[in-house]
This record gives sequence, C-alpha cells and structure tokens, in this order.
Amino acid sequence: MSYSLAELCICASAEAFRGDGEYMVTSIGLVPRLAASLARSTFEPGLMMTEGEAYLVSEPVPVGPRGDYRPKIEGLMTYERVFDIVNKGKRHAMVTPVQIDRFGQMNISIVGDYDKPKTALLGVRGYPGNTINNSNSMFVPSHDTRTFVSGEVDMVGGIGYNPARWPGGRKPPFLDLRRIVSNLAVMDFGGSDHGIRVISLHPGVTLAQVRENTGFELQCVDSPGTTRPPTEEQLAVIARLDPHDLRATIFKGNPSGEPGQA
Amino acid sequence: MIDKTCVVRDIADQIESGMTIGIGGWGARRKPMAFIRELIQRDVKDLTVLSYGGPDVGMLAATGKISRLVFGFVSMDLVPLEGHFRQARQSGTLEVVELDEGMFQLGLKAAAARLPFLPTRVGFGSDVLTTNPDIKTISSPYADGEELVAMPALKPDVAVCHVNEADVLGNSRISGPDPFFDEWFCRAADVAYLTCEEIVPTDAFNDPLIALQMPIERNLVSGVAQVPCGAHPTSCGPDYGMDVPHLQKYNSVAKEGWHTYLEEHVTGKDLSAYVESVGGERAIRALPLPVF
Repeated sequence: MSYSLAELCICASAEAFRGDGEYMVTSIGLVPRLAASLARSTFEPGLMMTEGEAYLVSEPVPVGPRGDYRPKIEGLMTYERVFDIVNKGKRHAMVTPVQIDRFGQMNISIVGDYDKPKTALLGVRGYPGNTINNSNSMFVPSHDTRTFVSGEVDMVGGIGYNPARWPGGRKPPFLDLRRIVSNLAVMDFGGSDHGIRVISLHPGVTLAQVRENTGFELQCVDSPGTTRPPTEEQLAVIARLDPHDLRATIFKGNPSGEPGQA
Repeated sequence: MIDKTCVVRDIADQIESGMTIGIGGWGARRKPMAFIRELIQRDVKDLTVLSYGGPDVGMLAATGKISRLVFGFVSMDLVPLEGHFRQARQSGTLEVVELDEGMFQLGLKAAAARLPFLPTRVGFGSDVLTTNPDIKTISSPYADGEELVAMPALKPDVAVCHVNEADVLGNSRISGPDPFFDEWFCRAADVAYLTCEEIVPTDAFNDPLIALQMPIERNLVSGVAQVPCGAHPTSCGPDYGMDVPHLQKYNSVAKEGWHTYLEEHVTGKDLSAYVESVGGERAIRALPLPVF
C-alpha cells in the first residue's frame, strides 16, 4: 500500500486531537483541516467543528468545491461565539505559523523589525488568546531554520513555555502546546522544561537531518520510532474528505511517504 | 416621524481629520466599501482606524489616510495577504496597535459599557503587551489575586457598518451567517452610521426569526444610506459573494498601478458608475458565496 507524505502528515496531525472528546477544533489550512476531519471521522467522534464560516456541522465538510454537497448544520458558531469559547476552553487549534522558537512561541505578524518590518504578514490574529486559553498544535510544511528559528520569533503572537514572559514567572494555567508535525518528523513539548522533542521520524528521515534543519537544540525521546504509516481505512477516509485531491498540492511534486519510493 | 435616511456623502461629511473611526465587517466580508471609496477622495487625514481589517484598511492606508491603525489582522480571506496594508506597514510610516482579535472585541465592549477597561488573561506572554506599553495590568481584588491584563476601551468617534437591510428608523438586519462585531462597533462609538443593500419598510422585520438577525439597536444609529452592492468587492452574504478576481486585481496594484485603479474605479465615480466599472449589478449579485 502506497501513501504520500501529505497523507502521512495528515494522519500524524490527526493524532494531536486524540483524547480531546467534545473539544471544539479550529484547524487553519488544508493539512490541519483534513487531520481534524479524519480524527472526527474515526477515533474522536465527539469533536465539534465548523464548515469554515459560521456553522457547526454534524459531519466534516469535504474540502474544495462542494458541488451539490450542503454542510450538515448542527449549530451556530459565529466569530463572537468563537471568542467566548476561546475564553471558556475546551478548544484545540492547529495552525501553521511562519516562525516557531524553542519555547513554542509562534509568529504570523511580521518578519524583521517591528517598527519597520522586512515583511508584513497578517497580524497576531487570535494567537495570544488561543495559546493562553486553549490547546494548540502546529503543522509545518517546510522544516527548516527559517521556520524553527534560533532566537525568539520576531513577534510573539502565540505564547510558549518561556517563563521570562509569564506574569510573575508563573506558567499561565491553561497554556497547553501539544504537537508539531512537520515534513520531517513529529514533535511534542515533553522535553525537559517543556522543551520541544522529536517523538517520531518520518520514513527515511534521520535525527541528524531534523536537527540540522532546526535553529535550536532539539530534544528527542529515547530511540524515536518511525511515524506510523496511514492505514487503508485512514486513506479511504482522507480520500472521501478530499475528493479533489487537493492534498497532492501540499508538497511540491507530491512525494511518497515511504523512503525510496518515487 | 424619525427618518434617518441619508447618502454615503453625508456619512463621509461627518469624518474629520484626526478622528477615530471604527469599521464593521471582517476581512473581505461585509465591509462598507462604498463609504471607504468616498472617504479616500476626501481631504481628511490622520485617522485612527479600528478594524478587523481587509481592503478597507488597505485602501485607507494606500491613500495615506491612516496615522494609527488598531488591528488584530489585515487579510482578504481567500486572498490572505493585503498588499496595500503590507506596503504601508513595511514602509515604517504606519503607527500600529497590534492586538489579539479577542482583546480588540473586549476593548469595544469596554467602550460600549462606558468602562475604562475590561480584564482578561489574553496578551500575557505575547508581544502584544511589549509593543503596547500603554496597556496596563491589574491584580484581581479577590482572594485569587491573579494578575490580569486591563484591556482599555477602544472608542471610535464614528462607526460605519454595512448591513443587508435597514429601515428609515435605523432598525437593521444582517441576514448573512455572521454579524461579526458590528453591534459592538456601533455601541462603542459616539455615533454610528449604516450603509445597507436595501431600505425596507419596518413591517419587513415583523417576524420572530428575522428579529434574531437584528443585533444593532436603532438608537445607536444616526444615519442609514441605501447602497446596493455597497460591500463590493467584499462579500455581503447571502446577497453576493466576494469578488475574488477583483480583490486579486486590487491586490496586484499595491506596488504599481494604484493610480490607474483609482481612475478606473474610484475617482469621481458615483455608485452606479462604480458598479458599472466592475461589471454591473447583475454580475455582482451572481458572485458565488465563498466556500472556506
């Protein structure tokens, strides 16, 4: 059975939601969205998710053009209500920041100097609130030292395990960074002092290769395994959730997930 | 008999240099763009702009109207990066107050409640606090003693929002799926104006389900202007979707061609001339609703 790197990443990202029960999921981007939809369709049927605009849906909405498909509404989720849920908790966001640092701090605002940035992007959006109140995971399509930066990120939007920035030096009570899935490996925040550590390597990837492409010192579990390949059932669910094969566009050339395969 | 009907020019007449204006909508959705196009032709400057930003912010920035931008993001949704905003931000000339989206709403709610601030945890740990030293913290006066961010009130002098329907009294209906934060802009502001797709008789609102789509109290509203297609090129569901090709064209002139864009679509154009310049009302009303 063959599978693509994109499908491997979708399945590894879905694992971020395991155990969430009736959490509301906010998944920004194709891989996070398919990952949450896969989790919801298989091992976490209680997850709450939206059609991407304003309604909760009783089944994940396939990505891309919908044809005759109409989202199956089970409730309302306007932005105002999202903000209320951010404060209440029971929410897990999966996002793709432009920069991540060793504390798990995330940036989507700018690259460069705050007063005169080299590149202006979006703004902090909801990152400060998401990260101080909710669980957060990340998908990184290009694992390199531009994304995993050596110092702090240029503008801290998403907060992380950085005591120097915490009020009174105490960890904010609901800060909960969960998992990072990149094109090379799966990481969590289970290292010493909540440090980022590798928990599995994608097929054919070495730990040295991951470290070389990370701007900070990366911890690692004892003998990391290989990221679990998708099952046939998972691949079938993904194909149903992504009928136009948009996932083939996530990585250039849509590489295989298995080493040595074309 | 109250009659608050006016035209977009009347609303723009209320805006003076140095004012703080709040703009409703979200990204490329339900922005009062006809008002923005009128405003950028006026001789006003040094505006402080509060917005969940899209091309409203981009156009005001590109024409040098903004001295201070209070924002959580500027994006056009399906066209994620707003080129005009980026140009202004990267030039270093735009003073910014960059806030978490929820903090922004809390600031509007504080102003709406006539309070100096509302407390939150949001902001701690992030550069929102380090880049905005004016935002202070407080200690809970209760046994927990927790340190909290005191999000200051965000108070526009004038708020302008675009809705689907309104009556001459200032009652209004947002029939799209999300009212966003328009009601909070209107409650926070000293004065609020609405542009709408259609002015309808008050009787049109005589329906309990429709009443659920009416978040803005009429006593907040000082004027109502009928501006069909007034949100274009942003969406105004369910009446029309966002004009993605137009947004892309608008975005592409951020570096070169902005003047030509203005000549083609803005300068001296009234509403009907604008609508014709972008393909006509029928084409706008046929724009598909966005799929996210």
